[in-house]
Amino acid sequence: MMKGGKIKIRDFHEAKWDEPIIFELSRKGERGILVPEVEKEIEEAVGDGISVLPEHMIRKEYPALPEIAQVRVLRHFLRLSQETLGATINIDIGQGTCTMKYNPIINEILAKSPEVTEIHPLQDEDTVQGALEIIYKLDLFLREISGFSKFTFQPGGGSHAIFTIISIIEAYHRLNGEGEKRNEIITTLLSHPSNAAAPAVKGYKVINLYPEEDGRPDIEALKEAVSEHTAGFIVTNPEDTGIFNPRIKEFTDIVHEVGGICAYDQANANGIIGIVRAVDCGFDLGFFNLHKTFSSPHGCGGPAVGAVGVTERLKDFLPVPTVEFDGKKYYLNYDIPHSIGKVREFYGVFPVILRAYAWIRSLGAEGIKEVARVAVLNNNYVMRKILEEVKGASISFPKTRHRLEQVRYSFEKLKKDTGVTSEDVIRRMADFGFHLWTSHHPWIIPEPFTIEPTESYSKDDLDEYLTTLKKVVEEAYRDPEKVKNAPYNCPIHNIDHEPLEDPDKWAITWRAYLKKHKKWE
Amino acid sequence: MVIKKRNGEIVVHPYIPNSVPEVQEEMLREIGVRDIEELYSDIPEELKFKGEMKLPEPLLSEYALKRHVKEILSKNRTCDENLCFMGGGCWPHYVPALCDEISQRSEFLTAYAGEPWEDHGRWQALFEYQSLIAELVDMDVVNVPTYSWGQAAATSLRMACRITRRDEVIVADTISPERLAIIRNYCKPVVRVKLAKHDPETGMMDLENLKSMISRDTAAIYFENPSYLGFIETHGGDISEIIHEVDGLSVVGVDPISLGVLVPPSHYGADIVCGDLQPLGIHMNFGGGLAGFIATSDEERYVMEYPSRLFGITKTTVEGEYGFGDVAFERTSFAKREKAKEFVGTAAALWGITAGVYLALMGPKGMWEIGKTIMQRSQYAMKELSRIDGVRAPRFKAPHFKEFVVDFNDTGLSVRDINKRLIEYGIFGGIDLSRDFPKLGESALYCVTEIHTKEDIDRLTSALGQIIESKR
Repeated sequence: MMKGGKIKIRDFHEAKWDEPIIFELSRKGERGILVPEVEKEIEEAVGDGISVLPEHMIRKEYPALPEIAQVRVLRHFLRLSQETLGATINIDIGQGTCTMKYNPIINEILAKSPEVTEIHPLQDEDTVQGALEIIYKLDLFLREISGFSKFTFQPGGGSHAIFTIISIIEAYHRLNGEGEKRNEIITTLLSHPSNAAAPAVKGYKVINLYPEEDGRPDIEALKEAVSEHTAGFIVTNPEDTGIFNPRIKEFTDIVHEVGGICAYDQANANGIIGIVRAVDCGFDLGFFNLHKTFSSPHGCGGPAVGAVGVTERLKDFLPVPTVEFDGKKYYLNYDIPHSIGKVREFYGVFPVILRAYAWIRSLGAEGIKEVARVAVLNNNYVMRKILEEVKGASISFPKTRHRLEQVRYSFEKLKKDTGVTSEDVIRRMADFGFHLWTSHHPWIIPEPFTIEPTESYSKDDLDEYLTTLKKVVEEAYRDPEKVKNAPYNCPIHNIDHEPLEDPDKWAITWRAYLKKHKKWE
Repeated sequence: MVIKKRNGEIVVHPYIPNSVPEVQEEMLREIGVRDIEELYSDIPEELKFKGEMKLPEPLLSEYALKRHVKEILSKNRTCDENLCFMGGGCWPHYVPALCDEISQRSEFLTAYAGEPWEDHGRWQALFEYQSLIAELVDMDVVNVPTYSWGQAAATSLRMACRITRRDEVIVADTISPERLAIIRNYCKPVVRVKLAKHDPETGMMDLENLKSMISRDTAAIYFENPSYLGFIETHGGDISEIIHEVDGLSVVGVDPISLGVLVPPSHYGADIVCGDLQPLGIHMNFGGGLAGFIATSDEERYVMEYPSRLFGITKTTVEGEYGFGDVAFERTSFAKREKAKEFVGTAAALWGITAGVYLALMGPKGMWEIGKTIMQRSQYAMKELSRIDGVRAPRFKAPHFKEFVVDFNDTGLSVRDINKRLIEYGIFGGIDLSRDFPKLGESALYCVTEIHTKEDIDRLTSALGQIIESKR
């Protein structure tokens, strides 16, 4: 950080509360909140309410929940929140692939309005025109950004969006009488794991294309993989190497030639929104994560929205209902001839949709392009500095010079030189209030770490992160044990993974812990 | 480069610190390129978008943005200003202030994938949520939440298929139509879904019909308690026995807010229990407050079939310190891609933490009291509504929890018309069942919870009475 005009390593210590498990706070008789008492007249009219139940349906013993006074519950959870390094609080450029950006507070204020929180999804359409308008207009905005013809917001996350896409692909081929024959989905090894996992749920055989030396997926391998059995192709581009596949249109052409459908995983579109459109690359459908590129907060892992967009020919397969506008009124359309049905109840996580709408309205077309440009600028700046200044670090696929919004790096040399792994560095970075992440599996890049400095961070922020990373690596060369034994300044120290992998010892709940923890000794 | 207003003036956007032109120039020099365009040189020209995105002009000031969005939202009519008697998968319950206070904390709101030591609080809060739900359902394993009850039910059934190595499931036909649509899509084309009939008098499962459907191909039977139509299935033990006879699994969907008074499904033979957390301190959010949970016993053959993250407690390098981490991470798609158990990703974690806060506040007595007060109020509503000429509530002869079917067939009015008229009284009437359950004719699913006072229920009764009377 900048202090007194100089870059200084932050003297950091995260809150450490040594907080008990909530059950240990229980004191018999304490109450956290009281429930509205029933009126005397109701009690007189219907009695205790319970005795209509047959005896065997009445719970005999209270559930063994803790009994804790309100202020103690509050204090407990506030302390736990302080023991959490939220993205807004740190310079969160070390969570590559996830597009950690500023989640504007005004959008939180708007999302907390009763006009958002206190509406029921099945209210008469006339009483939710505002909500339907927001959903419809966000659909229009995303059509402009992607070139697609219609969006659904029903999927509750990126992986869920991938599953929705695979469902649409399956329904399309089944309608054409090719459901049985087209039983393969092609993806790339560096695409998100769910691109491979979700098709398997629908019974597809999954083919993973490996990268070539320049990091780009092997087009010859694609040519070999496609056949009359190809149902579709789903890919992330750029992948988490930050390398854009310039031949992507050839890829989609090859798949189209055999009758396959092409899907674009744009969970993270932060380097190319406004710059490249999905339809121009030949994609038939795709999705954006509103909780990534479009600024809705991650919420520890949801609630979220994976907004799926489709071209004209796949519109009839979208989940029901879609939101439409007849010139006067917004309405729900359940009349979608070949709809896959539903993937989530109702119409999507409305507060997330609202935040994405507000974010786009704040930026406009030029602002959105600036987001992409600055994300790419920041990333290339960080990459240059890491290559020049961080000993023992390298980039994956060094043949490819420029990267878009993120880079998968490697500490292979650091490990060879010092024995310190990327996981050790990650733990030590936490001592300075920074998060760093390895990468998705499989680790085809040894000792990986993935950095994505979105548009939300200033040059000073990036310099502070880089200075700290440099210091940790210098320390690794000087005093490897110090790094290996990190963290020191976090709420807890390094964890023991062993009980988590052993069915005799693992404890997924407190009650299981009470039964099993003696086996840990 | 940089954002320009129509008049050419440069805008430094508050969300983009490095939109300062001088800073950009400095960084470009460091990188060694002339302009940002050069960094995009790997993208072929023909793929670059040359047109103009037709987006509205930006609302650059925060004030303008707030005013604009508020204006659109003001077209909504809320359940605060109106009386809402709708449930059906998203229910009006009271949200304790502490639930809002904790779920809007920046640390939890903006955290994502932090490591066990730096995000210790997030891991602990989710472990505690798992542990608290576990007490409610009286089972030892609960997952980090999935998207919704519908997804939780669909995954529970796919888990049952993997555990039993079978590919057919039977679902009670009184299930929520939305959840059924989710299950059907999630199972297609790998698992067959068959519907089992209900007894038209009680709504409960027709056990003879069920017996005739079940075979050694049946992986599981799925029913809900309380059912979508509000009645309580009192033959859970018989149903579980029927499926256990063929070594299949009993999968039960449950409303967790009922479990202070209702016996948990694990006590009548359920092997997998699922449901939605929304009643536990989460606002309706137009359906955005949903979060699904799945619970089972602690047997390895169950645990290893979860696709979800499962947070477990463990030791650290320091004596006496609690730590947390992923249990059996190798199950997940993060580790195994297409060889994993289904897939996992961002879903609804923040609502898990919120539900944990709710249960910690309520405690054992609170859950008993809320169940009791809900049952009393809904029984009072049924009693009062039945006094209206031509109205029958409940439609099914069975005990009910918070929802019940109101039969309007003898009023000569459609539910649609009744609900339109009720809006004039500031009341959102029950869900119209005529499309999804045509056999029930003009019937509506009403929901009464702890938030509905005697006065609210009397207001509904009086409004309905007037509407029906005026049409005679």
